[in-house]
Amino acid sequence: MPTTPSKAAVEAATPISKWAPPVLLGWLIPGGGHFLLKRTGRGALLLVTVLSMFLLGLMMRGAMFQPQTGDILTTIIYCGGFLGDLASGLLYLLATWLGYAQPDMAGHVHDYGTKFLVAAGLINVLAMVDAYEIATGKKD
Amino acid sequence: MPKMNLSHFEAAVLFALFSSVVLGVITKRTDAERLRYGVRCFVYFMAALIGLGWLMHFGHG
Repeated sequence: MPTTPSKAAVEAATPISKWAPPVLLGWLIPGGGHFLLKRTGRGALLLVTVLSMFLLGLMMRGAMFQPQTGDILTTIIYCGGFLGDLASGLLYLLATWLGYAQPDMAGHVHDYGTKFLVAAGLINVLAMVDAYEIATGKKD
Repeated sequence: MPKMNLSHFEAAVLFALFSSVVLGVITKRTDAERLRYGVRCFVYFMAALIGLGWLMHFGHG
């Protein structure tokens, strides 16, 4: 009697060459992994969402985190914030290279901007995980 | 780059909207389920936003 392989077995059997390109493209270009996997509508929604959050963060003059160490809270906030910013991929790299990264300023609007920039990256992480699950066959 | 000034409420509504869209897109399997879940997340975000806002209002006296 034939048995169907479990999801974990399917995932383990998926070669890295199958899921790495969509995940990497999804990091560089938000929604890019979904475009590569022919999920155009969902990719477009993710692209628009991450791009809008990132641009709103820049327009609110949000600051980009730089990794800093010190006490545990400083390390978590600054290194975590840096990773969150970096997760936006090309948006973060372009904004930094083109000089749109703002210094940290006092004020609630700047603070919201900083949070929007990090949230855009974290949302992109969710999109990358989704692209991984589609590529490995855990999702359709 | 134009500068944008959003109030706390406007920023929170935009955050709720974008987060709900993404949560809907990535978590469910059919478009109908995605739409329903996205709308439900947005409603929960807004309920938490308004509820906590009133809580802080009364907490300050």
